[in-house]
Amino acid sequence: MNTADNIKTLFPEGSGAERSNTGNTENKETTPLVKESYLDISHVSIEFPTQNGPFKALDRVNLKIAKGEFISLIGHSGCGKSTVLNVIAGLLQATEGGVVLESKEVNEPGPDRAVVFQNHSLLPWLTVYQNVELAVKQIFNKTKSKSEMDEWIRHNLELVQMSHALHKRPSEISGGMKQRVGIARALAMQPKVLLMDEPFGALDALTRAHLQDSLMEIQRDLNNTVVMITHDVDEAVLLSDRIVMMTNGPEATVGEVLTIGLERPRNRVALSDNSEYNHYRHEVLAFLYERQRKPDEKIS
Amino acid sequence: MKNKIVNFFETIGCSWAVPIVKLATGENPKEQGNALFQLLGLPLIAIMLFLGLWSAMAAQVNTSLGTLPGPSQVWAQTVNLYAEHQEERTKEVAFYERQEKRNAKKLEKNPDAKIKVRPYTGKPTFFDQILTSLYTVFAGFLLASIIAIPLGIACGLSDKLYTAVSPLIQIFKPISPLAWLPIVTMVVSAVYVTNDPMFEKAFITSALTVTLCSLWPTLINTAMGVTSIDKDLLNVGRVIRLRWMAQVFKIALPASLPMIFTGLRISLGIGWMVLIAAEMLAQNPGLGKFVWDEFQNGSSNSLGRIMVAVLTIGLIGFVLDWLMVTLQKFVSYDKSVAR
Repeated sequence: MNTADNIKTLFPEGSGAERSNTGNTENKETTPLVKESYLDISHVSIEFPTQNGPFKALDRVNLKIAKGEFISLIGHSGCGKSTVLNVIAGLLQATEGGVVLESKEVNEPGPDRAVVFQNHSLLPWLTVYQNVELAVKQIFNKTKSKSEMDEWIRHNLELVQMSHALHKRPSEISGGMKQRVGIARALAMQPKVLLMDEPFGALDALTRAHLQDSLMEIQRDLNNTVVMITHDVDEAVLLSDRIVMMTNGPEATVGEVLTIGLERPRNRVALSDNSEYNHYRHEVLAFLYERQRKPDEKIS
Repeated sequence: MKNKIVNFFETIGCSWAVPIVKLATGENPKEQGNALFQLLGLPLIAIMLFLGLWSAMAAQVNTSLGTLPGPSQVWAQTVNLYAEHQEERTKEVAFYERQEKRNAKKLEKNPDAKIKVRPYTGKPTFFDQILTSLYTVFAGFLLASIIAIPLGIACGLSDKLYTAVSPLIQIFKPISPLAWLPIVTMVVSAVYVTNDPMFEKAFITSALTVTLCSLWPTLINTAMGVTSIDKDLLNVGRVIRLRWMAQVFKIALPASLPMIFTGLRISLGIGWMVLIAAEMLAQNPGLGKFVWDEFQNGSSNSLGRIMVAVLTIGLIGFVLDWLMVTLQKFVSYDKSVAR
């Protein structure tokens, strides 16, 4: 039985999340613009010039994301997940197709699409406070007063539980804390979409679990639209409303989309014994290791 | 408090002082004594051995100016040079006193009389020459840095510019100061023509030669520093839409500061070496000229005096380097870079 059908029969559309119909499972077909799509990635292809001619990293990636939705991009390394994220961020330009956010085309980076980078990317010569301040000052210079900005910076650092280390430098705090500050900086930009590039990839398992829980709490309060890249199947199932599974590159594209209908708030311990949760995990694992097994030899 | 002192000594590169502090505060004397021997004792032993060898071997060499001076003769000359300096200072003071008295007398007789204040024209002493050298090297080094840092940042930010100027840098970098000097001298004499010169020509020639030779390490290191900035840091700037200038001053410059300082440190070292050669030939009244003059002078004291100058040059070079390392530690975020 075809797996996509399998998912549909088990969880008919609309059963779990009310936004499940925005997913575009058959990526090659052109779907008309869905009314409620907030972030619309349509027909994004990208080619990089190399010495051996152009290298096509992405091939017609289609994805429609609703407001407040939490999307995970998962796939083997080198499949172009980061490229998709960078196109949304405006850091890379698509060769074909494009990204539309709130009916405006994206063609340069901007604070409305804040990025949480994998290696935190805090400026090492600034303190925790100053790192967030740099972004806040740049973005809200005209709209907020000095004291409002100060309050806003402190508020966002409070959200990620970093108020105790405002005046420490990145070298003086742990990896998990750095990533918290990175998230605070992105949240402080009040983005329309929060883009996270393997935000917890470099952390140990326990720290990662802590941060995932923090992120879920923040998400419950703020209900941001999030696109997150991950390698971690558990993380994807635990956090996401939908998991977008990408095929192997080159010419990578969206393979399947899995809607996660688990109730929120989600608890990792309770879920670990939940058959529905385990079924979702199985689906992602089956996609990654059976249908898209990484052909190691192919790396050129 | 104690930790602060220890930290301070370690930051300024005087780790040998740390065991002394710890001993003074009553930490395990055996352990600290060992540490002190390692950090301070061993270098002192090496210096003693060197002085012994020097004194034994120098006595074997007979030159046209007598035997090669050993450490004790060199020390005697150091004292001598200091005495000369003191003498010259007293003469200078006396000269100004006489002049003042004379002028006061003139004014007494005729309040409208024009008085002249003549500067003292005694010959510069060894210590004056050290100051001249330092002044010259910093002038050249400053000029080099003012050119090299902005150009280096521009090269680091633009691949095209770097590719364009890279061959020029590679060609000019290995040129010896002695090769530059005739050209610089001719150009300075041709271009710098005023009746009331603010600087001596010899000073400008020497400083420019220092500039030409100490430009390259800073330039290359700055460019490398900027190119090797983590791309994500620059992307942070792009996401929050920093303007170009803010991108340079808030991200590119601080991020590459450790590398820039490494370059500056090498540049100052090269500048100091180049300066001595340049002063010899350009006759700028600094340490180089002192060595040259003593060499030409050829008295029985000359070799000893030259050796004083040589050691002074080394010592000052060491202090300059230490100064740059310490400065780097204070201004750059990455405390581990300069060790």
